[in-house]
Amino acid sequence: MPERYLLPPDGTDLRSIDAYRKQGGYAAATKALREMTPESVVEVVKESGLRGRGGAGFTTGQKWSFMPKPGGPKPSYLACNADESEPGTFKDRQIMERNPHLFLEGLIIGGYAIHARAAYVYIRGEYITAFRVLSDAIREARGAGLLGKGLFGSDREFDVHLMRGAGAYICGEETGMIESAEGRKGQPRKRPPFPAVSGLWNCPTTVNNVETVSHVPAIITRGAAWFKTIGTPASTGNTLFGISGHVNRPGVYELPLGTPLREIIEVHAGGVRGGRALKAIIPGGVSMPVLSAAQADVAMDHDSLKQVGSLLGTGGIVVMDETACMVRAAIVIARFFRHETCGQCTQCREGTAWLYKLLRRIEAGEGTLDDLKTIDSVGGYMEGQTICALSDAAAWAATGFLRRFRSEFEAHVHERRCPLPESFEP
Amino acid sequence: MSAVASGAPLLSAGLRETIAAETTKYPQPRSALLIALHLIQGELGYVPLQAQREVAELLGIKPIEVREVVTFYPMYHEHPVGRRNIQVCVNIACALGGARQVMRGLEDRLGIAPGGRTPDGQYSLEEVQCLGSCGTAVCVQVNNEPYIENVKPGAIDELLKRIG
Repeated sequence: MPERYLLPPDGTDLRSIDAYRKQGGYAAATKALREMTPESVVEVVKESGLRGRGGAGFTTGQKWSFMPKPGGPKPSYLACNADESEPGTFKDRQIMERNPHLFLEGLIIGGYAIHARAAYVYIRGEYITAFRVLSDAIREARGAGLLGKGLFGSDREFDVHLMRGAGAYICGEETGMIESAEGRKGQPRKRPPFPAVSGLWNCPTTVNNVETVSHVPAIITRGAAWFKTIGTPASTGNTLFGISGHVNRPGVYELPLGTPLREIIEVHAGGVRGGRALKAIIPGGVSMPVLSAAQADVAMDHDSLKQVGSLLGTGGIVVMDETACMVRAAIVIARFFRHETCGQCTQCREGTAWLYKLLRRIEAGEGTLDDLKTIDSVGGYMEGQTICALSDAAAWAATGFLRRFRSEFEAHVHERRCPLPESFEP
Repeated sequence: MSAVASGAPLLSAGLRETIAAETTKYPQPRSALLIALHLIQGELGYVPLQAQREVAELLGIKPIEVREVVTFYPMYHEHPVGRRNIQVCVNIACALGGARQVMRGLEDRLGIAPGGRTPDGQYSLEEVQCLGSCGTAVCVQVNNEPYIENVKPGAIDELLKRIG
C-alpha cells in the first residue's frame, strides 16, 4: 500500500490538536510562515504540479499567482469549497471529519501564500458532523495561537470562518458558492471578472477545494521534488478516490494519481459484488461521461481519462454490474440535474427537463428511435452555451450513456420494455 | 399562519443574539443569512414568513430577499415538517444500493408519499439528492442530524427504530 499523507493511519485518531502535533502537525505552517515568503510558497506549490481536486484540475500554484500583491485597495480572501455534492464523491468529508487540523494547516499556508485576510469555508449544510469537528478544531487552533491575531508569533492576522450551505448542488460551482456566501441564491456569475479579480464581497478571492489545500502541508515539508515522484508527470501526488456502487468494499482510498481503474476496483474495493460481471464505471462523479467495462484498464489521471473520452473530475468512482440498466442509471442522473439546475440559463433549465422526460419514456417502453436522436440533439444545444458547466455536465452524462450503451437503449425501444429485469430501480 | 397575527416576535432573544454574533464574521451582515436560517429552523422546525420578516430586519435586507433564499435551497422549509423529517438519498450510489425499496418501505409503513407528513405530525418523508455518503449507501438523514448509513432495503423496522 503506498504511503498516505492525507488520511490518518488506520486506528489513529488525529482530531485533537495534540494528536495532530504529535505526528508532526503544524510543522509545515511553521516553516512557511517563519522561513518562507508568500511568493516562495506559491513557487513550491507551482513546482509540485499540484492540480485542484474539486473537479476541474486547474494548477493550484498558478491559480494562487493570479492574486494581487498586498497593499491594494481591497483585502484578499481564500474561499474554500467544502460543498462536496457531486454524486459519487464523498472524500472531502473524510478529511474534514478525520483530519481537520491537516485541512486547517493547508488553509493557513494557502492564506499566507495569497496574502488573504481570512479563509471562509463553505460546507454543505447536510455535513453537520464535518461542521462540528471543524468548529472544535478551529477553537483549538485559536487557543494555541495558530489562528487569529499574531498567529505563529507573527504580526499578521488570519482566521478561518465556517459557512453553511443548504442543499443546493449549484453552490459547488465557485461563483455560485460566492453568491451563496454573500447570502443570495447560488446562481453562478458570468466570468470575467474571475474571482481572483472580484470574488467574495467583490474582493480578490481564490477558491480552492478541501482536498487541494490539504495536500499543501506535505508539499511544504517534503518538497516539490518528492511530490512529483508520486503519480504521473501531469497528474502529481496522491488523491482520494471514492468508490461506490456494486463493489465489495466501497470507501475512500488514498492512492497515487495514475493508479489503474481496474486495480482500484479489484484490489482496493475487493471486486464486483456477488461475483457478477463489471458493466459500467463512472470515473469521476456523475458529471463525467460513463466508461464501459472494456475501458477499465485506464489509468486514473487527467490525460489518460481524456484519451478514453471521459475526465478525472472528483475521482468519485461509481461501479455498476451486469444487472444494472443503463437507461435507469441515466434517469437517476438526469433527475438530479433537472432538480439542481439553478434555472437562469434557458438551455439548462429546459434541457435538463427534456433529457429526464425522454429517458423516462424510453425506460417505460414508450420511446422511439427518434427519441434517441433527440437526446443527442438536446445535449448538443446544452453544451458550451451557458454561464456555468452544470448544463454541459447534464448533457455529457445523458449522451455519454447513450453513446456507450446505444444497443441497450435501442433494445428498450424494440422490446417496448426494460430488458434487464433484475436491475436496480431508479 | 397564526404567528403573523400576533404582535410578539417569533425569534427568541437568544437566537437574535446568536445571529448578531454570526454577522460579525463577515464584511456584510447579509452573509450570515444561510446560517441564520439554519438556526431558525433548528429552533422552530421550519422558517415561517414571520421569521423571514424578522431575520430580514436583523440583517438589513428586504423580506423578499430572504424568501428568495428560503425557496431556493432544498434544506429550508417554509411550512411545518414532521418532528422527524426523514430524508432518503435516491442518487446513483444509493439507487444502486436499493434506495427505491427503502423509500417504498417507509412510504408503506408511514402511510405517506414523498413530501408528505403523517397526520399526527410525527414523521415526514423526502427524497433527497446525493448526501455525500456513497460508500455507505443507502444513506438517510433525519432533520439535520448525523447520517444514518448502510441502510439495508430489507431492514425498515430497524431503520425506524434508529430514526426514533
